[in-house]
Amino acid sequence: MVDGKVIKRAKYKSSVKDSGTPGILEMMEDRFIFTPHNPKSSPSLNVLFRLIKGHKFTKEGSHKQALLNLTHDQGGSYIFEFENFSDRDVCREFVGRATSTATEAGKDGSERSSVAAQDEQLSTKEMERRIKLLQEDSELQKLHKQFVLGGVLTEAEFWATRKKLLDGDISRVTRQRAGFKSAMLADVKPSADGRSNRVTFNLTPEIIHQIFAEKPAVHRAFLKFVPNKMTEKDFWTKYCRAEYLHSTKNAVAAAAEAAEDEELAVFLKHDDVWATEARHKIRRVDPTLDMEADEGDDYIHLPDHGMSRDGSNDAIDSQYEEYRRSLSQVLNRHGAVVLEGRSIDVELGDTRSVAEALARSKQVELANGASDGIVNQERLERISQLAEIEDLQAPRDPPLAPLFIKDPREYFDSQQANAIKTLGDTLAGTRQIKCSLSTSEAYGSLRERISEVKISGLSDPIVKPEVAFKVFNGLTQNISSTKYHFGKNPQESVLDGLPSITKEQLLHHWTSIEELLKHFWSSYPITTSYLYVKVHRLKDAMSQIYPKLQEIKESVNSDSRHQVSLLVQPMLQALDAAFAHYDADLQKRSAKTGDRPNGIV
Amino acid sequence: MKFQIEDVTVYFPYDHIYPEQYSYMVELKRALDAKGHCLLEMPTGTGKTIALLSLITSYALCKPSNPVKLLYCTRTVHEMEKTLAELRRLHRYQLEQLGPAARILAIGLSSRKNLCINPSVVAAENRDSVDAACRKLTASWVRAMAAENPRVPTCEFFENYEKAGSDAVLPPGVYTLQDLRAFGKEKGWCPYFLARHMVQFANVVVYSYQYLLDPKVAGIISKEMQRESVVVFDEAHNIDNVCIEALSVNVRSQTLEGATRNLNKMSQEVERFKATDAGRLRAEYNRLVEGLARRGNLPISDTWLSNPALPDDILKEAVPGNIRRAEHFLSVLRRLVQYLKGRLQTENVEKEGPVAFVASINAQVGIDQKMLRFCYDRLHSLMLTLEITDTDEFLHIQTICDFATLVGTYTRGFSIIIEPFDERMPNIPDPVLQLSCHDASLAIKPVFERFQTVVITSGTLSPIDLYPRLLNFNPVVSRSFTMSLTRDCLCPMVLTRGSDQLPVSTKYDMRTDEGVERNYGKLLLEMVSIVPDGIVCFFVSYSYMDGIVNSWNEKGILKEIMQHKLVFIETQDVVETTLALDNYRKACDCGRGAVFFSVARGKVAEGIDFDRHYGRLVIMFGVPFQYTLSRILGARLEYLRETFQIKEGDFLTFDALRQAAQCVGRVIRSKADYGMMIFADKRYSRHDKRSKLPGWILSHLRDAHLNLSTDMAVHIAREFLRKMAQPYDKSGGSGRKTLLSQEDLEKMENGSLGEMF
Repeated sequence: MVDGKVIKRAKYKSSVKDSGTPGILEMMEDRFIFTPHNPKSSPSLNVLFRLIKGHKFTKEGSHKQALLNLTHDQGGSYIFEFENFSDRDVCREFVGRATSTATEAGKDGSERSSVAAQDEQLSTKEMERRIKLLQEDSELQKLHKQFVLGGVLTEAEFWATRKKLLDGDISRVTRQRAGFKSAMLADVKPSADGRSNRVTFNLTPEIIHQIFAEKPAVHRAFLKFVPNKMTEKDFWTKYCRAEYLHSTKNAVAAAAEAAEDEELAVFLKHDDVWATEARHKIRRVDPTLDMEADEGDDYIHLPDHGMSRDGSNDAIDSQYEEYRRSLSQVLNRHGAVVLEGRSIDVELGDTRSVAEALARSKQVELANGASDGIVNQERLERISQLAEIEDLQAPRDPPLAPLFIKDPREYFDSQQANAIKTLGDTLAGTRQIKCSLSTSEAYGSLRERISEVKISGLSDPIVKPEVAFKVFNGLTQNISSTKYHFGKNPQESVLDGLPSITKEQLLHHWTSIEELLKHFWSSYPITTSYLYVKVHRLKDAMSQIYPKLQEIKESVNSDSRHQVSLLVQPMLQALDAAFAHYDADLQKRSAKTGDRPNGIV
Repeated sequence: MKFQIEDVTVYFPYDHIYPEQYSYMVELKRALDAKGHCLLEMPTGTGKTIALLSLITSYALCKPSNPVKLLYCTRTVHEMEKTLAELRRLHRYQLEQLGPAARILAIGLSSRKNLCINPSVVAAENRDSVDAACRKLTASWVRAMAAENPRVPTCEFFENYEKAGSDAVLPPGVYTLQDLRAFGKEKGWCPYFLARHMVQFANVVVYSYQYLLDPKVAGIISKEMQRESVVVFDEAHNIDNVCIEALSVNVRSQTLEGATRNLNKMSQEVERFKATDAGRLRAEYNRLVEGLARRGNLPISDTWLSNPALPDDILKEAVPGNIRRAEHFLSVLRRLVQYLKGRLQTENVEKEGPVAFVASINAQVGIDQKMLRFCYDRLHSLMLTLEITDTDEFLHIQTICDFATLVGTYTRGFSIIIEPFDERMPNIPDPVLQLSCHDASLAIKPVFERFQTVVITSGTLSPIDLYPRLLNFNPVVSRSFTMSLTRDCLCPMVLTRGSDQLPVSTKYDMRTDEGVERNYGKLLLEMVSIVPDGIVCFFVSYSYMDGIVNSWNEKGILKEIMQHKLVFIETQDVVETTLALDNYRKACDCGRGAVFFSVARGKVAEGIDFDRHYGRLVIMFGVPFQYTLSRILGARLEYLRETFQIKEGDFLTFDALRQAAQCVGRVIRSKADYGMMIFADKRYSRHDKRSKLPGWILSHLRDAHLNLSTDMAVHIAREFLRKMAQPYDKSGGSGRKTLLSQEDLEKMENGSLGEMF
């Protein structure tokens, strides 16, 4: 996974204070080697990355050394000083990748061995992830409790079948975050109590965050003024005062106030940060809607040319223009910010940290903005696609997004309900049919058709559409619904008719049987003694389910007993099949090995 | 696909073609054969542009001995980009089919602002300052100076371009502005001058209307185009306004003050030259005696906006003796500025014809008509002589000279209106003197005369017989096509009442009514909750939009709307509007949809498409009448009545309805697309208004949809959206074909031509 190697000049230090030994640091896939320039002065190093537990490094700064500290597994550490930060960063990244692959590889190994040892070394991160998964999914938690804590399955076995869940989470570390609310919070409305002249503004952390995002000048002012020049409270008081002035829509008064108080003026004036950002962004807009380019091409709207005062332009009093703020501006900015989404991941409590985090994310954005070659390319492609007339040519495949269904049961249930509902609409709720069409009927109809075709040749509909539709529906209905109902009442699943406790139990048993069977079948063919033990364990666990199912059957009243037994039947069948296989396998084994009754030991 | 239209093999880059596109091409071909002008109306969303491009390029390919050149005029730069993107696709197809024989050169042309790649120049804020910054680096005298003194900065891109000389050519291909810049960067050549140079050799040139219509620009850019060109004005429903604006000038008191400053500066320069380099001034004088108001062949970098009057009307004689000397000319200008200042101080509105105005100038300050006519060229010559590069500083005096030249050249079709204040704000003095042109045919006349075929086309040209009268030309083909639809993908509705059953309108007396505002808000609120993706709202003016949005905000309606969709608004600031549009598209792309508030007659309504998911519903709040109290409009209406016998009311309704139709027409791009249109004003239900809508809207406007209230409209919208979500047969099924394949066309050629239409 880590390719190539990195060779850099560096100094090896035993401690930070140490002046260090100059030499060459060479990093390879699995190890790093340090060769000092003077071979006599100190021994060279040759350490495997597998033994490196972690690495630390110094922050980039003007008078700091570029250090990289690799911590050894058994304590102690290697400190390297680099000539500059870029060298250091290259090595740091390399180490990061190398150590992670090394530990991963190590883990794979340990997992393999742990199969026998029935234990596993897990990183805390891994552990956390598992715990989180269990917390999120109560069903999973139940299974885990039942089997892992019940000793039927080991932790590793349990998770081995859910690798995808774990992996999926790794790539999905950027969990979906809640964005900004689409309501305009930043536009704080003063509330008057009616009795006095006092007006009150309410600011919550959420609102403050939005204010920072939508009004970069306020954000900048906050970073600049608080807490050196004024307290946070003073700052927001001033901000609210400015908001109040805006809400009165009196540009002249605003201008007068601003002239007296320069900090207040920041809030009252137009947002210059936003304006510069806008100029930056405009270079990246789709040229097919770039109206700024028109302006640059428009010889009619030379100053004082063309028509004026035809009602489209309004005369503006330019003197106070700076202090006027239109609602449309506020709305547009708000929309832009909501679309950009929340870029920071900080708790919204502390205003200062929110402000700083926001500033950081802005910088990152700027850095990204510098390289917009790819963006340009994409933009061009988009334009040419947009220029096409879609129905004059074969359709283009839309980009596919993988379907992610978190809770399949809920999904398919609701799908079915929908399908039935629409069906009910079209059939005007005639009967509770679909399953009433027997196979023989369908077969008969098909036969009839075939014979008809044989006689009269192939005329267009081979099967009457209604019949085809019925058959199709009946079949699909059956396939997708076997698990839940057996045709008594397609409007709602059979399960809903049962007492909730029974339903829960049934579902739970079904999932646990699934789980067990999954493990059971995946253990075949049995090649190691470990698997043999595992299968044995699973068999025991499965055999315990029989009486439980029986119990459920007996617990329900006679009306629904039939339904329940119908539901239980496939479970029993599945289990029976497993047992049959187990027995057959056992016999084969004992036949083969003859004198060794317990298979491979 | 490729097919024959009579003797021309047409290469069309798609597998299918709409029948109306085919018949559009047939008509267009007839006009090309007849070498005459034509007027074609075809609904939006039927692929006009590609039909035009593929027929004309194929026509040129079929007649290699005398290929026609295509001058394609768009209204805006972004439409230019769209057109070039379609042309690129077509060109690729033609290359596939024909190989190198199909090679053409197609370029988009724009101003320096959009083409310059010199970072120090392009950083300037607006077009004029970019032009001036460029001139400072590339003017011939600057370069001459730089040759002696290496510390004088020049533009490396221009120098490289000059050095390359005749080798500096664009290889064949299709070049958007972006491509031109990229090419320029790669070669180190100035893309602007390269493009200007290549315009003469290009097979297709795409640029904006003004490059042909505005004599100031056309004089330098389009003067060398050959007669065998096809000129296309796309989206030309507003072409009369463009023509009129090209010949109109305003003078405000700021202009006059600026002009005075300019004059002072120029006098200083003249004095300086007198002291140091008197020879230059003398040389200029001699040149003017010979009658070369404009120096014959200027280097390409010295050219400047040319004379505002039309080429045919410019005198070819010597500059009158009394303005040949620089100081005399300056004093004439001073007197003119003084006179205009005096006129601006009036307390009443004054309206005058050019003849009376010129007579009064002559009587009061002794400047005769001929001197006025030469003002512009004389100024131009003087500025070159004085080697002025910061032309953006001298815009004011330029405006005055534009004005003088126009007023001295034309005796009819213009009027001069002096207003001491804005009608709506009588307390604020804001005097303005306007020279406004009323006759749209003036500006376009040279275009009709110079080029053999001029195609005027748009989605809304009804009534189609009005345009030949307004523009004063005789089309050989004039046709309006209807749209054959596979399914009813258009759903126009007229909403006359709000949810409380009270009438809604933007009529003057009802406009600010609380009830109407609330009803409009409720309508939008209902619609945002049921319509997926984008919704576009058009209002009658900026001030009305501001007012109603504020009122919705106060009533809390806006907040409720925002719970469903984000709101973006067009403002008068283009940068902000562009970003708002970009964000609107992003919001539509991400699935939630958004609402865009815009203004009829605004920039967005002019040229931005809201096709597909970018617009599933347009609401036109009110009837976008022009500001009827405007004196300019009044004067124009009077002129129309006297010259063309067009009634004022008729013209106003026609104008308002074409704007409304234009606004709502932006939602459809192809037959696979669908959209609803709500005309929210009770006046739309009246026959005299409604009947002015173009046929393709009227044919879908059912009688049952003519008088709706909000709840009924919501119901219809729900039904419509459900219907549109169903799959359908694209080719139109068994009945009328709405999508033709190559086979269909071949069948048609073999006899049954015309059966389908």
